[in-house]
Amino acid sequence: MADIRNNFVGIKSPNPFWLASAPPTDKAYNVERAFKAGWGGVVWKTLGEAGPPVVNVNGPRYGAIWGADRRLLGLNNIELITDRDLQTNLREIKQVKKNWPDRAMIVSIMVPCEEASWKAILPLVEETGADGIELNFGCPHGMSERGMGAAVGQVPEYIEMVSRWCKATTRMPVIVKLTPNITDIRYPARAAKTGGADAVSLINTISSIISVDLDNFSPEPSIDGKGSHGGYCGPAVKPIALNMVAEIARDAETRGMPISGIGGITTWRDAAEFLALGAGNVQVCTAAMTYGFKIVEEMAAGLSNWMDEKGHKTLDDVISRAVPNVTDWQYLNLNYIAKAKINQDSCIQCGRCHIACEDTSHQAITNMLDDKRHFEVIEEECVGCNLCVNVCPVQDCITMEPLSAGVLDKRTGKKVLKKYSNWTEHPNNPSKVAAE
Amino acid sequence: MAGKQLDDGIVSGRLNTKALDENFSDLHPLLDNHEALVASDRCYFCYDAPCVTACPTDIDIPMFIRQISTGNTIGAAKTIFDQNILGGMCARVCPTETLCEQACVRELAEGKPVKIGQLQRFATDEAMDQGKQFYERAKESGKKIAVVGSGPAGLACAHRLAMHGHSVTVFETRKKAGGLNEYGIAAYKTVDDFAKKEVNYIASIGGIEFVHGKKFGSDIALKGLKSEFDAVFLGIGLSSVNDLNLSEKDPEGLDDAVDFIAKLRQAKNKTKLPIGRKVVVIGGGMTAVDCAVQAKLLGAEEVTICYRRGQDQMNASLFEQDLAAAKGVTIRHWLQPVKIKSSKGKVTGIHFEYTQLQSGKLVRTGKKLKLEADQIFSAIGQKLTESDIGSDKNIKLSGGRIMIDDEGKTSQKGVWAGGDCTDRGEDLTVTAVAQGRDAAESIHRSLSSGKAK
Ligand SMILES: Cc1cc2nc3c(=O)[nH]c(=O)nc-3n(C[C@H](O)[C@H](O)[C@H](O)COP(=O)(O)OP(=O)(O)OC[C@H]3O[C@@H](n4cnc5c(N)ncnc54)[C@H](O)[C@@H]3O)c2cc1C
Ligand SMILES: Cc1cc2nc3c(=O)[nH]c(=O)nc-3n(C[C@H](O)[C@H](O)[C@H](O)COP(=O)(O)O)c2cc1C
Ligand code: SF4
Ligand code: SF4
Ligand code: SF4
Repeated sequence: MADIRNNFVGIKSPNPFWLASAPPTDKAYNVERAFKAGWGGVVWKTLGEAGPPVVNVNGPRYGAIWGADRRLLGLNNIELITDRDLQTNLREIKQVKKNWPDRAMIVSIMVPCEEASWKAILPLVEETGADGIELNFGCPHGMSERGMGAAVGQVPEYIEMVSRWCKATTRMPVIVKLTPNITDIRYPARAAKTGGADAVSLINTISSIISVDLDNFSPEPSIDGKGSHGGYCGPAVKPIALNMVAEIARDAETRGMPISGIGGITTWRDAAEFLALGAGNVQVCTAAMTYGFKIVEEMAAGLSNWMDEKGHKTLDDVISRAVPNVTDWQYLNLNYIAKAKINQDSCIQCGRCHIACEDTSHQAITNMLDDKRHFEVIEEECVGCNLCVNVCPVQDCITMEPLSAGVLDKRTGKKVLKKYSNWTEHPNNPSKVAAE
Repeated sequence: MAGKQLDDGIVSGRLNTKALDENFSDLHPLLDNHEALVASDRCYFCYDAPCVTACPTDIDIPMFIRQISTGNTIGAAKTIFDQNILGGMCARVCPTETLCEQACVRELAEGKPVKIGQLQRFATDEAMDQGKQFYERAKESGKKIAVVGSGPAGLACAHRLAMHGHSVTVFETRKKAGGLNEYGIAAYKTVDDFAKKEVNYIASIGGIEFVHGKKFGSDIALKGLKSEFDAVFLGIGLSSVNDLNLSEKDPEGLDDAVDFIAKLRQAKNKTKLPIGRKVVVIGGGMTAVDCAVQAKLLGAEEVTICYRRGQDQMNASLFEQDLAAAKGVTIRHWLQPVKIKSSKGKVTGIHFEYTQLQSGKLVRTGKKLKLEADQIFSAIGQKLTESDIGSDKNIKLSGGRIMIDDEGKTSQKGVWAGGDCTDRGEDLTVTAVAQGRDAAESIHRSLSSGKAK
């Protein structure tokens, strides 16, 4: 059996599945249930300063998009940080950590961008026996209007500064949670590293308006006829999160810095992809909010079964394995040539590949042969773009077949070359480097 | 068990009202919103979709289903009605398993086609319930057209002509309009007086006048119509039935299936409808199945369909056969009726001889079968007789039906025809609609170019 125990910046947990800081981790009641269900750790719902807690709206705080059978694809929220008293939270954190010593207990914090505020709260958190802290620089709504959350996360200098304050004040590992609402994720990640943070976690939610009520023209969720932007999460954001994780994992300045991967993780497979792209563990919110805590069973079993099947013994055999294969476009091999091929036995003749290629691409798929409905790739025209594969409703019906070296590419009339060659040395590139 | 259920002979009230209501309820209840959304999401929006090719009225199926999936149900209804103004009835009665749904790529892929018929009903019901009218008449053309018969063919033709601004007079011998929609289709396929609602919906475009009680061929002659109207359309269906030819004088209990169904469709109170305890239905088409199933639903204890050929040759689709079996009807094959047994003028049984195919020809084998019966229905097909078209020798027949060309023109100038009465009819509602509509377009083209008469 594969060993899926996790060690993230020295914080140990029985598996790499943590619950992200959000409603599932807002109270002892929830977290106790989560640990019973098998979650490896939690990031406690973000704490604010001592004093009167923030208040949430009293109307709907979520909106969603769904597939046809109401499968939830994306969730949007306008919730703020915890609206419970600081002392209550601290007391509960301490008790739960005591009850579950083998689970990771991370505390998410968001206080004003002043050294005194951070210095005030860190000892209180440390006293609970928590394993680490996560700085919430990501919340895109509400808190950012008050100069916290994403308002800090969007300014690398602030990230660096606050990270430094924290590292100087506490023994606990510091994880900086990044906002995706920024042009280049590498800058805040670099700032966290420079400030001495132990790790980054990402992504927080993406600024979004999920839908508009077309009867009263209010954005949704609608609070008395008005709406404000919220944070987007769930399956729909996974590709964005994966890219951002990979960007940090392969950046020269941040390479090797531990990453806690977050964003749309719903199954073991999603988790494995994050690990492969450089995440040291993963955090989950929406999937748990959609299906309840039990899903962690599928995630843990699925990951471990897959690792067994592939012969990966520990998480370290998986983590970052895909990172060397993430490259810039300019280094992709232009001599690699693939053509679509339709398996006539599994084709159900829906014609989607044809119309997609015909209307919007390269006119490379027939719709008739000898007056009969028939879909076949015209190799002379196929540029190998993969669109037909993506629109075909039958899995594996269309495959992309690479041409081996020496074979004639009927589109260009040239033989496929064995040699790797990329854009940097291509004759059409005005700034090409001379090939050696 | 209810009191009269096991009584011998042909008696009414075998089942009580509650049981009958349940038996004759909607075969496929309307999809709810969520079901429709899920069903519509299964459509792949195929290119040059095979389902459209398979629909005799060429409804843009992927388009209307996509409209349903985006919440534009009313738009979906318009897409359907643009091609088929009887889309509501077709959604209920089309044997989709041999038409659009058989062609659906998901039938090929996994044996589970998109529920095209039920989605069509979802959209058209919504529009009709809202009384949504999509079509306005073009400017009055001053042209008058006589449509004979108010079945699906006549109605589709009349609607399209009215749309083009022509004035239409529909001549119908029966009391109600709708043809077999009103008098023939199985009751559980068209509940709540839908046929009548549909006629009203179609007629509300305006410009269509109904004249009931006049029979073409006897009360009205083609010649008269031709002089009074600019064009004539014949959609008279097949109003005569084939004869079993087994007895000189028909004993009591030997009945015609089409008549039985018509009575059933018109009955206000089904507990008053008499039905046998042991019923035999002769035939292998949709009428035989509908007759047998409804006999069973009325409370007959044993219902057997006897068909003289094999299962593969049955005109009733596999779905219809399964439906019959599910309702408790027995279907027997390779049986040719040879003698009706009766006593004191009442049916007591029927004798069959087994048949088989010998080098492509159906022959008797000499082996016999006797079945007891107190009621026998003949469902061996309808036909057109000379008198139905007023023995007008100028209208050429082919195979006993009116010969038409691609556009619906008969051999007689100025006279079009469509539906079951023509040699291109397929005994399907939807085909009748397509032919009525296409004939209307042809008439319109002729009238616009001034060449009809
Ligand atoms: C019992 C039964 C069940 C069926 N079930 C189905 C089914 O489930 N699905 C399906 O697709 N099809 C079914 N069909 C077939 C379908 O009903 C017909 O194909 C369709 O109705 C044909 O339409 P039509 O307009 O050509 O003729 P009809 O519907 O027969 O209409 C002809 C009209 O003309 C009138 N008429 C006839 N002669 C004259 C005259 N001389 N003068 C004036 N008016 C006249 C008639 O009264 C009638 O109203 C069924 C048929 C029967 C008999
Ligand atoms: C209702 C809600 C409240 C959230 N509150 C917080 C929060 O207080 N602090 C925080 O760091 N992230 C918060 N998040 C963001 C999540 O922790 C997580 O980063 C995000 O939802 C992406 O992961 P997912 O796709 O698995 O949901 C919240 C998310 C949701 C849905
Ligand atoms: S790979 Fe692209 S170009 Fe080739 S057939 Fe498919 S859609 Fe057309
Ligand atoms: S999209 Fe797939 S199933 Fe449809 S016609 Fe093309 S190859 Fe066949
Ligand atoms: S064939 Fe089936 S999947 Fe394709 S368009 Fe028609 S209904 Fe949709």
